[in-house]
Amino acid sequence: MSAGSDALTGISALSPDQQARLERAWGDEPGFYGWLKSVNHKTIGRRFIVTAMCFFAAAGILAAIMRLQLARPANTVVGPDLYNQLFTVHGTTMMFLFAVPVMQAMAVYFVPIMVGTRNIAFARMNAFAYWIYLFGGLMLFGALMVNAGPDAGWFSYVPLAGPEYSAGKRSDFWAQLITFTEVSGLLVSIEIITTVFKLRAPGMTLNRIPLFVWAMLVTAFMIMFAMPSVMFASTALITDRLVGTHFYNPAEGGDAILWQHLFWFFGHPEVYFIFIPALGMMSSVISTFARRPVFGYPVMVLSLVATAFLSFGLWVHHMFATQIPELGKSFFTAASMIIAIPTALQIFCWIATLWLGRLNLRTPLLFVLAFFVILLIGGMTGLMLASVPLDLQIHDTYFVVAHLHYVLIGGAVFPLFGAIYYWFPKITGRMLSEHLGRWNFWLFFIGFNVAFFPMHVLGLKGMPRRVYTYPADMGWNELNLVATIGAAMIAVSMVLFVVNVVISYRSRAATPANPWGASTLEWATDSPPRPYNFARIPVIGGREPLWEASGIKGHVHGLSYDTPELLITTVQDAALDHRMAFPRPTIWPLLTAIAVTVLFISSIFTPWAVVWASIPVTIALIAWFWPTRREAAEILALERKP
Amino acid sequence: MKRIVFLFSCLALAQPAFAAWAQDARDPGGVQAAHIHLLWLVMLAVTTIVSAAVLIAFLIPLWRAPRGNEETPPDPEAPLREERGASRSVIVAAVISVIGLFGLLVASVATDRALAHLPLDNGISLEMTGHQWWWEVRYTDANASKEFSTANELHIPVGRPVTITLKADDVIHSFWVPNLHGKKDMIPGRDSIIQLRADRPGTYRGQCAEFCGYQHAYMALVVTAEPAADFDKWKQAQVASAAAPTDALRTQGQQVFLTSTCMMCHAIQGTTANARKAPDLTHVASRPTLASGALPNTPDNLKNWIADPQKIKPGVNMPATALAEEDLRALVAYLSGLK
Repeated sequence: MSAGSDALTGISALSPDQQARLERAWGDEPGFYGWLKSVNHKTIGRRFIVTAMCFFAAAGILAAIMRLQLARPANTVVGPDLYNQLFTVHGTTMMFLFAVPVMQAMAVYFVPIMVGTRNIAFARMNAFAYWIYLFGGLMLFGALMVNAGPDAGWFSYVPLAGPEYSAGKRSDFWAQLITFTEVSGLLVSIEIITTVFKLRAPGMTLNRIPLFVWAMLVTAFMIMFAMPSVMFASTALITDRLVGTHFYNPAEGGDAILWQHLFWFFGHPEVYFIFIPALGMMSSVISTFARRPVFGYPVMVLSLVATAFLSFGLWVHHMFATQIPELGKSFFTAASMIIAIPTALQIFCWIATLWLGRLNLRTPLLFVLAFFVILLIGGMTGLMLASVPLDLQIHDTYFVVAHLHYVLIGGAVFPLFGAIYYWFPKITGRMLSEHLGRWNFWLFFIGFNVAFFPMHVLGLKGMPRRVYTYPADMGWNELNLVATIGAAMIAVSMVLFVVNVVISYRSRAATPANPWGASTLEWATDSPPRPYNFARIPVIGGREPLWEASGIKGHVHGLSYDTPELLITTVQDAALDHRMAFPRPTIWPLLTAIAVTVLFISSIFTPWAVVWASIPVTIALIAWFWPTRREAAEILALERKP
Repeated sequence: MKRIVFLFSCLALAQPAFAAWAQDARDPGGVQAAHIHLLWLVMLAVTTIVSAAVLIAFLIPLWRAPRGNEETPPDPEAPLREERGASRSVIVAAVISVIGLFGLLVASVATDRALAHLPLDNGISLEMTGHQWWWEVRYTDANASKEFSTANELHIPVGRPVTITLKADDVIHSFWVPNLHGKKDMIPGRDSIIQLRADRPGTYRGQCAEFCGYQHAYMALVVTAEPAADFDKWKQAQVASAAAPTDALRTQGQQVFLTSTCMMCHAIQGTTANARKAPDLTHVASRPTLASGALPNTPDNLKNWIADPQKIKPGVNMPATALAEEDLRALVAYLSGLK
């Protein structure tokens, strides 16, 4: 560890007076109202992560009910009406309210610290993005509570989700949830891109950015290119349902296949919104616990970028059973297989890192190592699904259910849990229990395989997806029971996780700044970091700042202690560019989010809501951007007297 | 790793238990399913070998690499050294992956070609329409008097290619009989075609594979593949109009049918009932199941079904029919006689 890094960035570098002034400039205001007004990326990041984990738990409970229903043939725990809502809300929540947001939430918390700055770019927008995400999620579960949960699948195929075959407002709630999460996802992407490009600590050139930050940057770009597709798709669905347009109505010149193209052009990259951040987490954890940098940094970065590009070229493999011309389908087979190569390269590089490192086998590493077993199987079944003829047999069967859970849980949830065990001290200032962590891990790992491996066989034995029950004489009974037992084991492991979090959080043991002996900048600050992250902005001299002797070369002088002020650097070389005053906390992002929520939800019921509900939105936005005298005076003062 | 290999080999070797109605992609009853099954075995073998190799490469360092802890001095200079052995291994592994993927791609395209080259001489053709939640089947013929409709079952001659035109009436459904071929979507506004051939006589079960609403789970189909002579006999019987009722009870049953709401949706050839909203019942008693696979076709089940279909298949489009007990008995007797 570089000597004196703590002296440069930690709290001890400042006098008590300077500490208090910085705290006032960057901290949240006291009380509940101050909590609502917060624009600090750590406060928002923490609530983002906690909210996403709550949605994960809620969607997990829905899955548990489905597994109970399917434990026996012709079971009657739930009927078809509720079952269809359960699997739709389960899938929608896991994809739109858990997996994508939780990755972005981790980025909101860690990217600014890892690049050495004091807040995320567009901090008020960040607060708004969180509120709009929360309100969208509450709307979905509110709808489910009043028996108006969407029931046409998370993919919401038309015409089943269209005006004629999905009466009531169920599908409208689904489409509007997409609008909520789109807005939130796009805004956070903009913040991450700007933070990574313009707020990096001086000296952190592009080829010194931590791999996790690269992964989040690539993901943010992907979200910006993929989201507009589903944005159009879901808006067209709402207008079909609400005002009688015919985008998807074949009888009036519309087309049901149009929906599938638009949805999967977004939907396939979406899998990689979830997977690529997890690859970044893998790299962080493997590097720290192998006690060396990840082997092949340039290959790792280029693989992330290649994966992102390729992921836009395989959406048709979700549509092999439609009447798309055969030659066209073969192109997508090739593309779907090629995308395995960048991922394989990263796996090989990590394995090389493990070979060459000195392994510290702690819980975070255990979770991350599960990736190598589970994602490997998920990747292999992915190759099978990429093949047109084989896909025709296993598409829309339990084989796909097995595959997607191997990919998403093995490829994203296990690394995410590894990342939570790894970064928990940096979020809360406490370490999670190693002992409970191991129980959590092994129960989850074994339970996962018991639950999902049999589903491969069920799919080959002809069990389709999304059936609320099945006859007793199909030969599916035993494997379904086994899967339910596995699901119960997963549930127990998740309870252990919650117990671990609660016990560890309530313990009062202080945690050092860098308990794992890691190399990246977030470990140079206190655990948890002060509101301003770094007492002084470090000047970076290497890719592994805390490991290299000249990793932190010095620190930046001259930023204001009394006004929130950030250092802006150049995109490529992170050379000093200029200083910029940053917004202070304000209630307006919350009020604007409420106004937008009113607009979104009421437009489910009447198209006129788009007109009248835009008035409060406009007022809120004007108030949000209205310059205050105090801020203007502060900025002027800084201009004159730096 | 052993566990994985073991499970994968179980997948490959386990012979599916022989059920009366097979629904299993690993038990091909026709040439198309056999092509795909062969591809499955190739893919399974290749991916199992690759997985095993990667897992071994992954487990060796876990077993042998030196251990460290938080205090172990890190090695930030590692990337500056030439780690030639590791580079070479990564490059070799990447090249092998590319070659392996290319092999799988060739196997996939070759299978695709084989599926597209099914000889179509001496074939039969028919038309299927997916409805929420049943299958309408229409055997077409150049001679219109030889056309007929049935529902939720197919009979096909063994060894002769079958071309099925697939349509959808309401939402998207997907035709899938795994023992005979992969699936093909039925999309409103876009007809599609699937071509298959059964090479082994048998009864195969199929099921809608695209989520289509409440009763997606009970949208099944029974395919009987039989020798040509049996098929022709079955066809003869199906072309004929419904048998006229022979006794008083059945005559009463026919009257009940023709004077209640039944005839608003159902057709029985040879009577005045000719609606096309619901399954054609001309030979309903000859079919193996009721309500698209929800129930075995017995008079008792038929009676319960007519009395309250919502209890058996919630959400189904058929309403309950309030009939006096003796009318219901007569109706069931009549329908059970429509062999």
